[in-house]
Amino acid sequence: MTATVPPPALRSGRVTPTAGEVAAVGRRRRPWRRLWAVVLGVVTVAAYVVFRTEGATEDGDAAAFRFFDGVRDWVDANRDSSPVFLYGINYVRLGVRLLVDAVQAALSGLGFAGLVAAITGLGVVLAGWRTGLLALGGFLAFAVLGLWEQSVDTLVLTVSAVLLSVAIGVPLGVLAARVRWVGAALRPVLDVMQILPTFAYLAPMTLLFLIGEPAAVIATMIYAVPATIRITALGIGEVSPSAVEAATALGSTRWQLLRKVRLPMARPTIVLAVNQTIMLALSMVVITALIDAPGLGQNIVSALQRVNVGAAFDAGLAIVILAVVLDRITTNAARRVRRSLSIRGGIGVGIAVVAAAFIPLGSADLPAYSFAAPVNDAVGWIELHWYDVTEGLKNGISAGVLDPLETVLVTSPWWLFVAAVAAFGTLISGWRAAAVAAPAAAGLAGLGLWQHSMQTLATVLVAIVLTMLIGVATGVVCARHDRLATALRPVLDAAQTMPSFVYLLPAVALFGASRFTAIVAAVIFAVPPVVRLVERGLRDVPPAVVEAARSAGSTPRQLLWKVQLPMARGGLLLAANQGIVMVLAMVVVGGLVGAGALGYDVVAGFSQRELFGQGLAAGLAIVLLGIVLDRLTQGFHDSKGPRR
Amino acid sequence: MTPMIEVADLWKVFGPRPERVVGSPLADLSRAELRERTGCVIAVRGVSFDVRPGEVFVVMGLSGSGKSTLVRCLTRLIEPTSGEIGIGGEPVRAMNPSRLRELRRRRVAMVFQHFGLLPHRSVLDNVAYGLEIQGRSRAERHRRAGETLALVGLEGHENQYPDQLSGGMQQRVGLARALATDPEVLLFDEPFSALDPLIRRDMQAEVRRLHGEVGKTLVFITHDLSEALSLGDRIAVLRDGALVQVGTPEELVGAPADSYVADFVRDVPRSDVLTLRWIMREPAPGERCEDEPLSQHTVIRDAVHRVLRAERPIPVVDGVRRVGVIDADRLLPALIGHHRQVPA
Repeated sequence: MTATVPPPALRSGRVTPTAGEVAAVGRRRRPWRRLWAVVLGVVTVAAYVVFRTEGATEDGDAAAFRFFDGVRDWVDANRDSSPVFLYGINYVRLGVRLLVDAVQAALSGLGFAGLVAAITGLGVVLAGWRTGLLALGGFLAFAVLGLWEQSVDTLVLTVSAVLLSVAIGVPLGVLAARVRWVGAALRPVLDVMQILPTFAYLAPMTLLFLIGEPAAVIATMIYAVPATIRITALGIGEVSPSAVEAATALGSTRWQLLRKVRLPMARPTIVLAVNQTIMLALSMVVITALIDAPGLGQNIVSALQRVNVGAAFDAGLAIVILAVVLDRITTNAARRVRRSLSIRGGIGVGIAVVAAAFIPLGSADLPAYSFAAPVNDAVGWIELHWYDVTEGLKNGISAGVLDPLETVLVTSPWWLFVAAVAAFGTLISGWRAAAVAAPAAAGLAGLGLWQHSMQTLATVLVAIVLTMLIGVATGVVCARHDRLATALRPVLDAAQTMPSFVYLLPAVALFGASRFTAIVAAVIFAVPPVVRLVERGLRDVPPAVVEAARSAGSTPRQLLWKVQLPMARGGLLLAANQGIVMVLAMVVVGGLVGAGALGYDVVAGFSQRELFGQGLAAGLAIVLLGIVLDRLTQGFHDSKGPRR
Repeated sequence: MTPMIEVADLWKVFGPRPERVVGSPLADLSRAELRERTGCVIAVRGVSFDVRPGEVFVVMGLSGSGKSTLVRCLTRLIEPTSGEIGIGGEPVRAMNPSRLRELRRRRVAMVFQHFGLLPHRSVLDNVAYGLEIQGRSRAERHRRAGETLALVGLEGHENQYPDQLSGGMQQRVGLARALATDPEVLLFDEPFSALDPLIRRDMQAEVRRLHGEVGKTLVFITHDLSEALSLGDRIAVLRDGALVQVGTPEELVGAPADSYVADFVRDVPRSDVLTLRWIMREPAPGERCEDEPLSQHTVIRDAVHRVLRAERPIPVVDGVRRVGVIDADRLLPALIGHHRQVPA
């Protein structure tokens, strides 16, 4: 049983815990489980019928809101007097501000031509000619789209957050790999950090660091740094022990071992960690537009709030281009960093960049083009001609599935919900997971956001069912048709490098602003990793088993249902766990485009002072919901799956 | 002559509170029982031996016999549980970390089964690694590394990377790395078991040649009997962590200490290893012999021609003193014994 991390999970920045795999063999096959599930299901339904409530509506004045408002008032009153702020948080804010200003000065100082030359040169030196050309075209495109300033702002925030993440994450990753108690202490913290939906970070950040760049950079760092730590630790842990032993036998000190053996040998993995950090940071930086960070995110947020898809499209395209350029440079660099990079090339590029910085070419000198008008035309055409289809789909699912589910959840008494979480949690994931999930569920009730939480939960459940249906079907097809899989791979790659915000655009284009839009965006967001995990799970089924089944005369259908899917169960259930966390994150973001509920509460909390307490409570509710969903499904990949 | 390496009553026990096992009745339990009762496993069990300067000392045993642990205990890559180790007269277990590093840097080098090369460094920089961490200048260590590479026959490969070389060449790099610091002692931990048989034979010849040229003290770990016989001045046979027998190849084959060793050497072509000393007989009273004698240290195979052609028994001498005679009747069983066996 090897403890390797599946690359798809790595790509989405969530490194899955593998310790539980060891328990896999012991916990399989419990015949009474099915019986218990049926009994619990019947009891739950009966209890619901007997005890269902009228469904409390939010009164906007829950104890939790008042408490958070009180916290906010205390912070506002003490920001300039409490030692915590004077000597701690305010200095952090100042330091991050200095970092952002320095990066800003460096990037802007190069000027338009200088920065384009710098990124091109970086691409050429680190990743080769083709990547250099891609970088050149991409950065010129920012100017053509008329989004140069915003793109640079986004780049500045991303670079600042990545610098901070690497400065903190790499040393912590090394420590986590080398010092046992550090690793043990960090693991649960990172687990929780990685299931937190992006939205949940923002409100506490504004409370501590006010709005603006420092808060945005710190929120982004918190979002991205778990991946830095995890992947660095993984790389250090994987360094071949025989090389370390040989270096020890030659008399290396601990410091020499780290500097000359462990770090260089882990370098490709550490560059991969930086790559993941950049991708996560970029997707978060865009979202921090909600707390007044400058950049491309601002364009998207304002366009989405006006449901102007065309206006958002240009900015979305720029984000995708930035993501692709940064991803290509760093992934290709990871492939090439094996050997030291050529110094002469670096010097040459440096000279070229300095020279280019003096070229009097501005971003406005390039021809301008905007996709806003054609995209809006296309959206108009879709609204006109596909209205029946999209409306039918939207209303069908809303009225047929979403509304009834929502009603059931909202009218459930909270104690029944908690009890059901505890019972099913124990059944699926074991009592430890249930012991975390049940209090979290109770916390949801205590926050005074019962209705909104249940609405969000209903949306998430519908979205995850759709995601799994589409994802598993696509994954199965991909696993059986190599050509299709090859064709689809770059699409999936691209899909996973895109920041989550971008996925709202096609959903809004098709379905306008509604709850269903959030579902569609979540499905588009979460399907690619599910497809990958399912395909990998199926392809990992040992060929000897498949051959044996085939030689026994199985039809392809029998092979799939009786051999491949059961053996790939681990992959499928892991996909469900990953998918549900991603779906929650996206459904919450959907609050921006009419999905309402918790996501909207959070956004409203940023903009309206009197709703701050409710917004913070909603952020906490999202976190609790995330913990409930993750813990409930986490047992999937711990307890079952094929013996490997 | 003082020994280069002295090992006295060395123990290594893996597991919780290992020191309670050493020398107690617990040590006499069977492996499974000890594990059951204490969670400990004995890897090296009261081993003592000396290695003379310039000697090739082979430690042989099956996998799991503790031979790799034993060799790692010599420079405390694995910390021994108890016992004494001396290298060049200096007690190793008493060394503080910096003294120990000094020992590893300058006096004892090691060659590993899986090479342990650093993939991110060129061949030259791999070989220079030991000098680099001693703080030698770049020019000096590169010059020295280049010389050592020439010694192992890898000129022209300096700027390649380990993954561009074949397994045999990679192990030559490992060998060069160990030689580069000019240590007094070289430790080999099954250095050739990961290589193809043909390459392995080349490398064994290489080690013999280097030993002739540079005259280091070699401790060589192997599970391959023919490798042990062809390289070793003396061979120590290890079983379940304890030494069963220490002796020359000839002593092992001619006079195995117990059935375990006997079983081990059963397939060895005796006529290749044993000398006349092992098969000569007392001359019968008044027996007439050939005039020209044979030394008692002649290997049997080398005596075949003369003995079979001779009409009378040939006298066997130790220097000038006659110690016995040899004739075809004594010689043939040794040869037939060989042919009866499956070749080793």
